[in-house]
Amino acid sequence: MTLLWLVAKSLRQHLFSSAITMLVCALASGLVLSVFSLERQARAAFTGDIGVDAVLGARGSQIQLVLNSVFHLDTSPGNIPWSLYQDVARTPGVELAIPYAVGDNYAGYRIVGTTNDLFERFTFRADQRLSLPAGHAWFDPLRAEAVVGATVARRTGRRRGSVFQPAHGVSRDSTVVHDVDYVVTGVLEPTGTPLDRVIFIPIEGLFRMEGHVLRGTGEEFTAVPGELVPDEHKEVSAVLLKLSSQQRGLFLAREINEQGDIATLAFPVARVMAEIFEKLGYVVLVLQAVAQLVVVIGGLSILAALWNTMNERRREFAILRALGARRATLFAAIVLESTAIATLGCLLGYLVYGAVGLAVAGILVDRIGVHLEVFAWSPVFAAVLPGAVLLGALAGLVPAVRAYATEVAQNLRPAS
Amino acid sequence: MGAPAIGARRGSAGWTRAPRGYAPRPVPLLEIQGLRKSHTSPDGSRQEILAIDHFAVAAGEEVALLGRSGTGKTTLLNAIAGLAVPDAGSVTIDGTDIVRLSEAARDRFRAANLGYVFQTFNLLQGFSALENVELGSAFGRGRDRAFARELLVRLGLETRLAHRPAQLSVGQQQRVALARALANRPRLVLADEPTGNLDPELALEALALLRELCRDVGAALVLVSHDRDVLARFERRVDLADLNRVGRAAAQEVAS
Repeated sequence: MTLLWLVAKSLRQHLFSSAITMLVCALASGLVLSVFSLERQARAAFTGDIGVDAVLGARGSQIQLVLNSVFHLDTSPGNIPWSLYQDVARTPGVELAIPYAVGDNYAGYRIVGTTNDLFERFTFRADQRLSLPAGHAWFDPLRAEAVVGATVARRTGRRRGSVFQPAHGVSRDSTVVHDVDYVVTGVLEPTGTPLDRVIFIPIEGLFRMEGHVLRGTGEEFTAVPGELVPDEHKEVSAVLLKLSSQQRGLFLAREINEQGDIATLAFPVARVMAEIFEKLGYVVLVLQAVAQLVVVIGGLSILAALWNTMNERRREFAILRALGARRATLFAAIVLESTAIATLGCLLGYLVYGAVGLAVAGILVDRIGVHLEVFAWSPVFAAVLPGAVLLGALAGLVPAVRAYATEVAQNLRPAS
Repeated sequence: MGAPAIGARRGSAGWTRAPRGYAPRPVPLLEIQGLRKSHTSPDGSRQEILAIDHFAVAAGEEVALLGRSGTGKTTLLNAIAGLAVPDAGSVTIDGTDIVRLSEAARDRFRAANLGYVFQTFNLLQGFSALENVELGSAFGRGRDRAFARELLVRLGLETRLAHRPAQLSVGQQQRVALARALANRPRLVLADEPTGNLDPELALEALALLRELCRDVGAALVLVSHDRDVLARFERRVDLADLNRVGRAAAQEVAS
């Protein structure tokens, strides 16, 4: 108890330097927790169950295809004919095929033309379905109606019954506005997925949007009001697929990617997204190395803070020794003080992580609709505290040796 | 100073006031034999600084050592306290030769049996008056806040318990230092120029308090001073220059 008392008194006596050092440790711990845990959670969010096994799209990069059609980032690699969508949809083992046509936006939020299959048959995260509040409705596929994601509604103020006019292109800066009024029939309940940031309209609406040109046959075709759009002219940007088995996906991928030359099948989507993290692996490693370096700096700052007090405390140590304190007691007091600073700093670091994590998660949800489970278990949570205790103890060793070696007689001489 | 007698509320674990007409026991509490201590000079040569053939203090006895500069007074007190290890000889306190103890055992012995009063008080600045006194027993019997408070109240510092040393007058600091030296109910109190930093009036008052407290707990007192007024108050006075003479067989008491 005396030991703890001495440590508590010393921390209080050197409150400012102790607090600053704790803060350094808190930031270092928070950084380590953030880098390791958020990378893990981001990987989980991007590669987890997003309800889609494969994405069919124009010939090109699978990563670009997935980013564009699932996460609504990046630009579309192009279109594929409607007939290909129909062929794939009829292929045995394809349980669900949802066509996406993109090309317009409202207030920077992408407008996706699709079918009601998205609302009625699409499931994500353990059979969760898209849902609407009471009184809201899905769009009528033959009307200029829209269903908007929760984030879109919140950020643009669109609600059931609101009217908006799509702008051409996917950029917020677009100045070409289509002269057609879309009525919001429903606002999706929040899903914590990129779907929250999308405006869904009937795919027919996109085909018929003024100024849109279809090239399903290779020839340019513009829809005529009041007339059906022939299937051969229709195009889609991507088709989201749900498959019955891995084997079916491998078969389709081989057939489309190796034998065909007009389309790409991104399969499995989780693997494609994992590739992004693998490509970014060295960046993550650099971040992790920087975080670990900062932790070392935290340890050194403890050492420096304690070391700087050693001169003024030599007389104090000598007095304590004269009062019967053993060398080992002083050694232990310094190591314990150092450990306490690191431990308390680390505990504050968890708060820092919470703040950083929530901020990052908020930004991600807001910008790309990806939901991070900030407080989901991560091994780094268990590793940081023992690591901080160990680091604190190590950082205290050098000053503790100095305290241990304090010569009583020499340091008790009256100051002249 | 008209202060109440301390320890009246305590039983056997508290104060043990020495009986009136107390006579030292024949077996000394402190006995130094053949003590030699030298140190290395800046030029590398060994210089003997302490050579005491015999010196003894009985339990409860009060001894004043006249310590002129350079006579090795602090070295002697450090040797008695076990803070400096002699090159030869023995320092026996209450039957234990502390020279033969390990350093850790000496520390434990010091914490349990000795009190030390320094000329410069050596109070810890980060601790309150009460906490400084608690430190006196922290490494031996354990912290005893009630007893520490009682000591300070006894010394008239009941309104200064929470004050830091820097907030106390010199005289108050000295009284805190006295209380700390007695906080572990020691058998022997060593005082190194305890009044050296005080004006004459305060010095005599502090000395009276120190002796009173030592008598109250039954502790022997070995006090080093160069102040003739202080020395004159002791029945037994020893000139350290005579005691610490290389080759001399025994200490020679100073004729009053």
